Amino acid sequence: MSLIPHDIAQRSSAPVLIDADKCIAHKGCTVCVEVCPMDLLAIDPVTQKAFMQFDECWYCMPCETDCPTGAVQVNMPYLLK
Amino acid sequence: MNTHELEYDIVVVGGGTAGPMAAIKAKEHNPALRILLIDKANVKRSGAISMGMDGLNNAVIPGHATPEQYTKEITIANDGIVNQATVYAYAKHSFTTIEQLDRWGVKFEKDETGDYAVKKVHHMGSYVLPMPEGHDIKKVLYRQLKRARISISNRIVTTRLLTDSSGAVNGVMGFDCRTADFYVIRAKAVILCCGAAGRLGLPSSGYLMGTYENPTNAGDGYAMAYHAGAELANLECFQINPLIKDYNGPACAYVTGPLGGFTANNKGERFIECDYWSGQMMWEFYQELQSGNGPVFLKLDHLAEETIQTIETILHTNERPSRGRFHAGRKTDYRQDMVEMHISEIGFCSGHSASGVWVNERAETSVAGLYAAGDMAAVPHNYMLGAFTYGWFAGSNAAEYIASRDFTALDQEQISRERERVYAPLQRDQGLSPAQVEYKLRRMVNDYLQPPKVTRKMEIGLQRFEEIAEDLKFLHARNPHELMRAAEVSVIRDCAEMAARASLFRTESRWGLYHYRADYPTRNDAEWFCHAHLKKDADGRMTSLKRPVEPYLIAIDQGERQAYQQLRIDQPLKATA
Repeated sequence: MSLIPHDIAQRSSAPVLIDADKCIAHKGCTVCVEVCPMDLLAIDPVTQKAFMQFDECWYCMPCETDCPTGAVQVNMPYLLK
Repeated sequence: MNTHELEYDIVVVGGGTAGPMAAIKAKEHNPALRILLIDKANVKRSGAISMGMDGLNNAVIPGHATPEQYTKEITIANDGIVNQATVYAYAKHSFTTIEQLDRWGVKFEKDETGDYAVKKVHHMGSYVLPMPEGHDIKKVLYRQLKRARISISNRIVTTRLLTDSSGAVNGVMGFDCRTADFYVIRAKAVILCCGAAGRLGLPSSGYLMGTYENPTNAGDGYAMAYHAGAELANLECFQINPLIKDYNGPACAYVTGPLGGFTANNKGERFIECDYWSGQMMWEFYQELQSGNGPVFLKLDHLAEETIQTIETILHTNERPSRGRFHAGRKTDYRQDMVEMHISEIGFCSGHSASGVWVNERAETSVAGLYAAGDMAAVPHNYMLGAFTYGWFAGSNAAEYIASRDFTALDQEQISRERERVYAPLQRDQGLSPAQVEYKLRRMVNDYLQPPKVTRKMEIGLQRFEEIAEDLKFLHARNPHELMRAAEVSVIRDCAEMAARASLFRTESRWGLYHYRADYPTRNDAEWFCHAHLKKDADGRMTSLKRPVEPYLIAIDQGERQAYQQLRIDQPLKATA
């Protein structure tokens, strides 16, 4: 008998969305990644665009406010909206 | 994982409100000092005022209020359990702090004569100064930090303080939440400005990070001070705030009050005389919420279009700007709809109530070389301006303290023990997810500690928190980010135990809802007109003790003493429009 512990991933929809056409992360911009208090955003190494990596959003909005190209949209997390 | 060993004269932990002020004022005191400001996030947008602030709640401005009157009001609002020296020191410095922020470029509302446009929101005096353009405050602070050449390290999670052979603090330890690199920073003094313990209770939405406070403020400062041997004061005086249901941000009756808005019951009637947050106000709020007149609402629908537009501009661009988006999603329009309110989860926060790390009027904690300021430092009802002011005190006094001090030897055993503790979740191949353990822990905080507090329930809560201490040994972090959450779970657990033990110790009810004990429902001044402190004793156990309330500097008249006990309106008043 072998009972092997394993994880089950929980699904949730990312409240912070990035408009890939407007995002200039491929030019070296990391503003949204820098300002997120919870450190939830990252640059996708393949697409070179910003994306929300962790589901711990406080919907505080520095990422959207400080983005130089208006590429970031903060939506209310589903559990609250 | 690399280890970085650094050395600074003063390390300031937390770059939100108090921290930047502390760093700048220490440097002003002695420009030769090497000062490091560390933040778990990025100082540009960290802390409770990440997106700005819409007003000062406690401005003591000549011509509008006096330090003596303010000290009296806070003494009464906090049911007499106040070290007046700390509140008075704040009050006397309040206007100097405002003038400093004004010179730096923070914009306050002024009238046509150029005087500060102070509003009355408190029960007795006038201390509220709106900042309709307060969204730039972090930018203003950041500019000053750069100008003062303060060294900044972002994304470092500070986990423990280091102490020398005499017990004085001589450094901090932590790790980078992106690389997991370990940091050992030697210092002559440390200033903790880590904010509230805002991730203690679970919001009623059930969403882990939908907290009232910025969820980065998990209570790190409370746990670090505790483990370094510092005394914490009146932790049972929880923070519980009125807020917008589900959104969980402040409804800001403060901001709308002077413009005609108010807190109402389901009939649209006013039921409290004063919207200033106090335990007594929260008690009336809670009673109304639970009654047939509930729930409670923020009422603005009787106001003129122009006034509503002003309110929207202030509330939807400052502090919690996603509020407008939340209302839009629910199709709530202030013009036709009252906004449903609720109460927040419990937390520790001296900015809003009185629960914090004990400090005196010099921002010194009970441990040599350790200072604290802001929401985590026990100066009742201190709010943002109190954070700036005590940051100022901490910076100048720490600079003075270290003038005659050398670095002391670091205890290598403390360092290796901490490194092992912090990294354990990263070294396991499998185990419990930090988010799940946090969820269960905080759900139990709600189940067992949320007022009305009941002795037997709190005792069961303590057993559960002990079990979760065991669960921490099975936490598994898959990356440095999860390692940060794992470290925070241990902080939250420490705070939960502190909240339970502090609440069990004070066998009376005080501060309205904040410390309402169903089995000790009345206030008992004969035995409990005192501070209740909590600390780690010589054997490493959590212990509570009574401390006398310091003699008042400003006497309270018998008639005034009851002012905050009579907040309920006998005959509900209808809106006049």
